[in-house]
Parts: sequence; C-alpha cells; structure tokens
Amino acid sequence: MEAKKLQSLQKTANRVRIGVIEGTHAAKSGHPGGSLSVTDILTYLYFEEMNVDPKNPKWEDRDRFVLSKGHCAPALYAVLAERGFFPVEELLTLRKYPSRLQGHPDMNSTPGVDMSAGSLGLGISAAAGMALAAKIDGKSYRVYTVVGDGESEEGQVWEACMFAAHYKLDNLCVVVDWNGLQIDGPVAEVMNPTPHDKKLEAFGFHVISIDGNDMEQIAAAFEEAKTVKGKPTAIIAKTVKGKGVSFMENQVKWHGSAPNDEQYAQALAELKGGN
Amino acid sequence: MAEKLATREAYGNALVELAEKYDFVVLDADLAEATKTVKFKKAYPNRFFDCGIAEGNMMSVAAGIASTGKPVFASSFAMFAAGRAFEQVRNSIGYPHLNVKIGATHAGITVGEDGATHQCNEDIALMRTIPGMTIVNPADAVEARAAVEVALKTEGPFYLRFGRAAMPIFNDEKTYKFELGKGVELAKGKDVTIVATGIMVSAALEAKELLAAEGIDAGVVNIHTIKPLDTALIAKVAKASGAVVTAEEHNIIGGLGSAVAEALAENCPVPMVRVGVKDTYGHSGPVPTLLEAYGLTPADIVKAAKTAVAKKA
Repeated sequence: MEAKKLQSLQKTANRVRIGVIEGTHAAKSGHPGGSLSVTDILTYLYFEEMNVDPKNPKWEDRDRFVLSKGHCAPALYAVLAERGFFPVEELLTLRKYPSRLQGHPDMNSTPGVDMSAGSLGLGISAAAGMALAAKIDGKSYRVYTVVGDGESEEGQVWEACMFAAHYKLDNLCVVVDWNGLQIDGPVAEVMNPTPHDKKLEAFGFHVISIDGNDMEQIAAAFEEAKTVKGKPTAIIAKTVKGKGVSFMENQVKWHGSAPNDEQYAQALAELKGGN
Repeated sequence: MAEKLATREAYGNALVELAEKYDFVVLDADLAEATKTVKFKKAYPNRFFDCGIAEGNMMSVAAGIASTGKPVFASSFAMFAAGRAFEQVRNSIGYPHLNVKIGATHAGITVGEDGATHQCNEDIALMRTIPGMTIVNPADAVEARAAVEVALKTEGPFYLRFGRAAMPIFNDEKTYKFELGKGVELAKGKDVTIVATGIMVSAALEAKELLAAEGIDAGVVNIHTIKPLDTALIAKVAKASGAVVTAEEHNIIGGLGSAVAEALAENCPVPMVRVGVKDTYGHSGPVPTLLEAYGLTPADIVKAAKTAVAKKA
C-alpha cells in the first residue's frame, strides 16, 4: 500500500476511534472495547473496499455490510458518519431517544445500515441471504459481515457457515473480530471456539488469518478474498479489544461500559495525540 | 362440501401457480415433501433453496434476501417456524419489517400421529405479539390459495398458517374474493355468533345446523386474518346476537379466543365461550379421534354456544 494511502486510512481510523469515544461518553453506555477492536476493519471496508454511495445509501447494486456483532454499532456509526452518510455531530446522540443511532443498528432509521442486527448469530445468516440474492439475480455486488469471536459460540453462526459453503457463496466475506474477550471473561475460558481457523476450513471456507489492526494486512486479506472462487472466505482478524486507548486495551471491563469524564479526557488526549 | 384438500396442498399449488406472475424465491428446512413446497422445487429448481434442518438460519437468510427487494417464502412446520425460530422471526424479519412470507404448515393437533412435539397450538399466540406481523389462518384450500397471492401483493411480514389434514372446501373458487383484515360473515344469527378460524370454520357451519335444529339461531364469522383483527365486525355481530363463541385449533390462550376476548372487552362486552385446545399438549392419534378428544368438534361448539346463550340472562 502506498504510504500516503496508508497514512490517510490510519488517520481516518483514528477519527473513527474518537467518534466511538465521543459517542459512548455522551451516551454514558455502550460497547467501546469491541468497537475499537473492529475500527480498522470497518474503516478499510467503507473507505477502500466497498462500493457504496453515501448520497444513495439504498443503491441496489452497492456492496453490502452486516455488523453481526451489532453491539459494536458505535464504530459502524462513526465510520458511516466519516464516510458522509450523516453528520459526524450526530454521533453525540448515540443511544438517546429519539436518535436514529440506537444501541444496535436499525436498517430502517440509519442511512447506510444494510441490516438491523445485534441479536448475536443472526447477522451472518442475513449476510448469507444477501449473497445468495446476488447470485440469484446475477449481480456482482459483494457482501461483508463481521462476527465476534464470542458470537461464534452461537450455533446459528455455524448454520450460516454451512449454508454459505453449501451454496458456494464466494461473494461473501466473513470477518471474525478475534479480540479474545467477551462479557464474562476471556473467550478461551468462557467457551472456547478454537481452533477457529480449522473449524471454518472444515465448514468449507477459505480462511485467511491476519492482524486485524494492521491496515496493510487487512487490505491484502480483502484482495485475496476477491480471488477465491466457489467458496466463501473467512478472515480471522486477531485484534486488540479497546485498541488505541491505553487503559481500555485488553480489558474485559471495557466490553460494555462507557468512559467517565476523566477517562474520556484521557482517551481523547491519547487519540488526538496520535492523529 | 364433498371435496377435501389440505391447505398445505393449496399452498404448494399456489406457489407454482403464482411463480410466473411474481418474482419470489422459496426456502424450506428439509420438509419440502411435507410442506408441499416440493411442488415449487420441482417446477422452479433455480428459485428454491433448501436450508437444511436449521430453521433459525433460514429465517435470517430469508431476511437477507428480502432486504435486496425480493419476496421470500420461508417454510417449515408451525412448531419450528414460529416456535424454534421465534427470535429470528422477531428480530430478523419483524423488527426490520422485511417482506418475508412464513409458510407454516402442520399447525395444530391435526398433525395427527406425530404427536405432541410436532402439534403446534401456540404459534398464533407467538406471532400475534410481533408488531407489524400479519397473520392469516385460511379456512379451506380456496382461501389458502387466495391468501398466498394477497401475501405476495402486500409488502411486509406474513405468517401463513396451513394444516396437514385434508379438510372440506366450502368456498367457491370462481367467486371467492379474499379481503385481508376483513372477517367473513357466513351466516347471521340472532342468538349467538360463532367466530371461527382455520379448520374450525367448517365445524362452525355444521354446528350452526345442529343448533338450528334445537331452535337456536347462530351466526358464523370466518376470521381468516387474525392480525390485524376485524374488530368492527366482531363488535357488530356481538351486538346483534348478544353472545359469542370462538373456535380455533390452537390453545385457548393467546390465539383467536384471546384476540376476540380483548376486542369484546374493549368494544362490546358480551358473554363469550372459547372452544380450542385447553392449555394442554397434543397426543398421537388419528385426526377425528384427536378432534374429539380435544373438544374441537361441531358438538363441542354446540355445547359452548348453549353455555354462551345461557349466560346472556
């Protein structure tokens, strides 16, 4: 990747992280940890990978994205706002009534959200349905979804994987945000889904393992996914939960709690220092 | 009433008949032979997708397909469509109000020999609580066919409830017109009105004759659309006859009986009696035996009607 492009993407990701902190701080609740772990992936998707039009969010030939781990909506909203789907200032209305930025994504109120999601395990199936629809209609759009590592404990995730491989949905790319932590503790201790790569391979996926906070590795993985024919691709993205905010990194407690005023100030100082 | 056909057969036939007129796809969860989507599968193999025995995934996949603008029929037994996949129906289909038509067959105890695990008497109750869900429970094969086309013409989620057993056809295919959300007043009555749905409509028509022989003038209303409910018609017949009996092949809790009780309590309180499965589970057995054992015969409606009439005084 060109240095200039890389730098631009990293700066955008940093602004998205600021949006996550601004939003969850204003809301006094939400899920900053997983939002920060998935930020680089979402930034790359919306600024490089996906063919979308913020002026025409429902454009029928657009690439589609489903945030199956819907609780990380703060990151999705921040990316959509940066990309121009709605004003960045609106991020401060996160989780408030009657804001269109609900705690989990709502496709009927938020411009750019392709599928309502948040109940874990459902989004990946919906993404598979979209990918199948593209095949039925002979359309070339691609479908992307991000599932959590903890989310992969849901049986429906594997039903969807079986379905995607059975119907050879090579236009579907599933990213697993492997940040290693879930509400009750480390994923490996709560209900270990490893070896995740071997399971996905056995389910019929082409599997790519990357550092999910490294923009160049993310780019390479999405490029590789597009060359795979006859099977869906899964990108296992090893990430750092809370990435970019020192006191949030790799801490279970930041799965689902918002920064107070002091923590907010520190987080912003760190992120703005890095911009 | 000589001719009999199961509403699931009419469902399968309708899918094939309407395939050229409307662009839609059909999903099933390894029950195509039983739900009768197999007819569509054979005629339009490129528009049929088996999801395997994974109903939750099927409902969310259906939502994904529908989100691209294509209507989808998702079929399974009522137990698995409404029961197993309730949360997927609620969150993937209901909440985003997507254009998915759930074709649920084998509803109620007329599943027969498969018994209690497969006899769903709770599906109407579950589906009624989902905002924006339209629920249609056709009374015969003619109505079932019409309901499928109306569902295709109407944007939004539908729960179409079909039965396994062959049942009498009483509507005339040539003249029948399906009006979504409108009850059908099949007969007016001065003493009591039987408000029935699904297979219990033909039982209600038989009960009306039995009651007439005993000097009781009973009206019959067919409620094919359980949601949105035709509360105006229900209030009208309640007012005219002064007593109501509901009849359904479903638990008396949460189904038509509950919906009518809610409507009457708010709009026109009159004595009412519910005929249905009395908050219990089904059992293996032949259909006529089960209908008798669970109190779903014309004789049971007659008894309920007399009780309702007696309560008027």
